[in-house]
Amino acid sequence: MLGALALAPVAAAIPAYGQKPFIYALKPERIADQIWVVRGDDAPIAMANGGAIANIGIIGTAEGAVLFDSGPSLRYGDALQSLATELTGKQVVRVYVSHLHPDHGFGLGAFPASVTTALPETIREIERDSPGFSDGMYRLLGDWMRGTEVKTPAQPLTPGVEVIGGRRLRTIALSGHSGADLCVVDDTSGVLFPGDLVFHNRAPATPEADFSKWRASLDALIGLSPVITVPGHGPVDSTGTAAIRQTRDWLEWLETSIGDAILRGLDMVEAGNMPIPDRFAGMAAARYELQRSISHFYPRMEAALLPRIDVSESATQ
Amino acid sequence: MRTLSGLALFAASLAGSASARDFPADPLNSPMWDYRATRLFGADPVRFDPRVKIIVPVIAEDQHRFPVAVDARGIEGVRRILIFADLNPIPLAVDYRPVGAQPYIETRIKLDQRTPVRGAVQIASGEWLVSGIWVDAAGGGCSAPPLSRVRGDWADRLGEMRGGAWSIQGKSDAARLRVSFRHPMDTGLVENTASYYIDHLSVRNARGMELATLEMQAAISEDPSITVLPNASAGERLILAGRDTGGRTYAAIVTVESGAIIPPGGGSQ
Repeated sequence: MLGALALAPVAAAIPAYGQKPFIYALKPERIADQIWVVRGDDAPIAMANGGAIANIGIIGTAEGAVLFDSGPSLRYGDALQSLATELTGKQVVRVYVSHLHPDHGFGLGAFPASVTTALPETIREIERDSPGFSDGMYRLLGDWMRGTEVKTPAQPLTPGVEVIGGRRLRTIALSGHSGADLCVVDDTSGVLFPGDLVFHNRAPATPEADFSKWRASLDALIGLSPVITVPGHGPVDSTGTAAIRQTRDWLEWLETSIGDAILRGLDMVEAGNMPIPDRFAGMAAARYELQRSISHFYPRMEAALLPRIDVSESATQ
Repeated sequence: MRTLSGLALFAASLAGSASARDFPADPLNSPMWDYRATRLFGADPVRFDPRVKIIVPVIAEDQHRFPVAVDARGIEGVRRILIFADLNPIPLAVDYRPVGAQPYIETRIKLDQRTPVRGAVQIASGEWLVSGIWVDAAGGGCSAPPLSRVRGDWADRLGEMRGGAWSIQGKSDAARLRVSFRHPMDTGLVENTASYYIDHLSVRNARGMELATLEMQAAISEDPSITVLPNASAGERLILAGRDTGGRTYAAIVTVESGAIIPPGGGSQ
């Protein structure tokens, strides 16, 4: 009797845990014939969104479904696989992983390794950084991550043209957001999937960024004259290039402003609170990403921009 | 919750053994408040005061290097400013005496886990005014090796100092001084590496007058960076003297440039 009483509160607590469903409700947005986008939350990775912040692409072909990125967790990957099968009536035959970041590649566990592919440099970066990303994702997302293991895309991708089920897909290797950023263009529709090289009305994230390479990549993307651009984060750009130009504008402002802040003697806290121009007022997570970028770039750029001041001790006597 | 209250009890018992005094209730409900307060403030009076502004980013992007500013310019007669993190194994980062400077300091600290980060200001009466904020952080800021140790080049550039000084517009006798060092700032919490850090820095003017004195601990990040606001005008020379726990000394001279175009505090003022 005592034992049963002692157990009762514990038993009552179990359904409370079960009440949180940890189910991703994926809502596809059709943007062209046989092309859908599952929009991510335009916010930082958080319990409230289960880490589902990146946009994911689904392309239907006669052979099977092609995915651009896989989401943040095994649970997401499973939901994505069901959705892609339901939309296209076929199994997933290809999963492109755009770059190393976990909000794009941590859903891979839901798919057979043989269909997963990424640029060779991305595969190297995932092998190098994913254990650390995994710790961070579990810390932030808890049960959303259940069962998620670090998976490396199995097939190194040689950029060029892939024809899958009659659909001509151009794969392009660029860089700048990370060491390797894969872009895919569907030649039939002119839809561009640039991964995280392009953000739209959501401030770009820069943890691995190289400003000059990123700018060159954005110029190359404008040169492709896409009809529709599906940014890595933020709403689909039906003008084709507005999101690319906005990303370029932000990065240019960011690099200039950080250098300017250092040369005016601002510290990191002050630089993180600098005014953000009005033209970026509609950008989600702007202050958050500015402060992250300050963390990524400030010490490095200070070392390049501020002069040496040390002297021999006798010089100060 | 069980773990937290257990910690609180543990901390309370430690604090109780050191001192029987009652500190004001902590608005952050830190499990270590009484313990840290006992060690840092001893018998001095203590109260929480929102005029001690602690300014930090919205996210701890890098737990090895988290920028923290304490701005106490709204308070008269500030003698000392402390920056500390309750749940760090080395709680105190810096003990700053702005003897000839405005009461503002910014530096970058290590965070070993989610913790309250606090600023404490001692005024002329001896009373401490305290404020703080919970900061969420990934683990290991104090117990992972510094990057220069991993690369193996920590000794190559040891003692390099960079920085500058800018007069503050609209104030003829106020400047902002920024200085950074190349230094591993070893905590002693990484296996087989003894603690080794810059523990002292002073700033004086060309007339030899002391303007700022800082006692630092290894909770300050690798390659430490400090911003203070010494009373100095454009053209004046500031003389910096530092020392680390290995006895190495550091010296630098900075001339105050005219014309920082924005006041301290960035866009917030």
